[in-house]
Amino acid sequence: MTASIVTLERVGKRFRTGVEALSGIDLAVAPGSFVSLVGPSGCGKSTLLRIIAGLTPASSGRVAAEPGLERQLGFVFQEPTLMPWASVFDNVYLPLRLAGKRRSEVAPRIAETLEAVGLAGFEQAYPHQLSGGMRMRVSIARALVTEPRLLLLDEPFAALDEFTRFKLNEDLLRLWQRHRWTVVFVTHSVFESVFLSSRIVVMTPRPGRILADLPVELPYPRERELRTEPRYAEACRRVSSLLSEAMV
Amino acid sequence: MNERALRIAAPLWIGILFLLGWEALVEIERLPPYVLPGPVLVAETLWRDGPSLLGSLLVTLRITLAALAAAVILGGALAILFAQSRLLEISLFPYAVILQVTPIVAIAPLIIIWLKDQVFLSLLVCAWIVAFFPVVANTTLGLNSADRNLVDLFRLYGASRWQTLRFLRLPGALPYFLAGTRISGGLALIGAVVAEFVAGTGGTDTGLASRILEAGYRLQMPRLFAALLLLALTGILIFAALSWLTRLLVGHWHESALPSED
Repeated sequence: MTASIVTLERVGKRFRTGVEALSGIDLAVAPGSFVSLVGPSGCGKSTLLRIIAGLTPASSGRVAAEPGLERQLGFVFQEPTLMPWASVFDNVYLPLRLAGKRRSEVAPRIAETLEAVGLAGFEQAYPHQLSGGMRMRVSIARALVTEPRLLLLDEPFAALDEFTRFKLNEDLLRLWQRHRWTVVFVTHSVFESVFLSSRIVVMTPRPGRILADLPVELPYPRERELRTEPRYAEACRRVSSLLSEAMV
Repeated sequence: MNERALRIAAPLWIGILFLLGWEALVEIERLPPYVLPGPVLVAETLWRDGPSLLGSLLVTLRITLAALAAAVILGGALAILFAQSRLLEISLFPYAVILQVTPIVAIAPLIIIWLKDQVFLSLLVCAWIVAFFPVVANTTLGLNSADRNLVDLFRLYGASRWQTLRFLRLPGALPYFLAGTRISGGLALIGAVVAEFVAGTGGTDTGLASRILEAGYRLQMPRLFAALLLLALTGILIFAALSWLTRLLVGHWHESALPSED
């Protein structure tokens, strides 16, 4: 048995308003896995991600992470969440700057990361000069530049058009295959979750619980062609039927 | 016609039409200059009395700029202090409001009495009270308006309070601070003039308010108008300078200053 990078035991969350967002969540994330949390709006999947990140405390239960993990996290929000006054370079530099790294010391690393997300040459551009997809790429570069062990993504592509979304899915998967960080990915898209993940956790709303936890038996590397194959459709159908169960 | 030319031409035409109407009214109604001088006469007076008024303008301008500087520095510092502690903000903010809503003409005599030997300082304090609130209120709003997700991100990366202020709250508050400063610029001028009015100091080393009062007593309406015109031009100049500064500092990113896309 491999030790998990982060483990949640009987985790519950009740907001101050009295709303119960999560109840009895048991989840162990194995190192190197790509886990998607899928569920309808209001099932607490974003809250769960924030609890894993340590941004929101759990009301009950236990969250255990590998020692030192809290400094090796990357987080990508639903919105690009860039600083509008800072250039692409400075936005990506932010986590390193906060860690006390000098600009000259990390400039090559930042250039490399921007290159990896397809933004070479945009160092000096400002966020308002970029398209939605490019802004999201900057946001991903910022999360990756610290070489995190655990990457948390909260519906990062929800606001993008389908074409851009597919492209970013493929690029993210390619980067993950190269570096094998652990990923926890929140989405409400079945197709996205099946295409990306090695494991899918289906959640039900009010309060958020785990309904099903299933592996995706499609081998990596996964290419664009996979989207049109019967086995992909079959996997999507399985998750979809579970989700419709979650909706009732 | 492009946007830039329109911005100059449109108000210019309104101004010209207004001046023509004013001159026509004075001519047709044969209004005596001590009731309403025409714009031509005002311009002549400004040309003739300009040098003597200019000395007074400099006095007023010194008070205005000193008050604006004090408003910007103290107002900004107070806002940063508020951003450090919610308790401090809710404890002190109502008093900033009280200071703001109290008519300056009511408290100016007190301040002038308390600081009786220091005319410049008492005028400065009055002008500062009028001018400082927009900077405090706007900057406080700006410091508290940081993107919540970015605040979370800073927390996630273990940013210190100082780092969050330096790299997130201050840059984000800059446009708000500058908007406050633009309002304060005009208010500092108004505050300086009102304070001079209340102080009513005589002599040579006094500001434009004294010239306006004198001209009023002596029914020298053209001179009064000339002084008013000078004040208005000064106000416009301060506003233009601060607008230019805003474009310089946040023009490359803030929505308010970005060119439209079409």
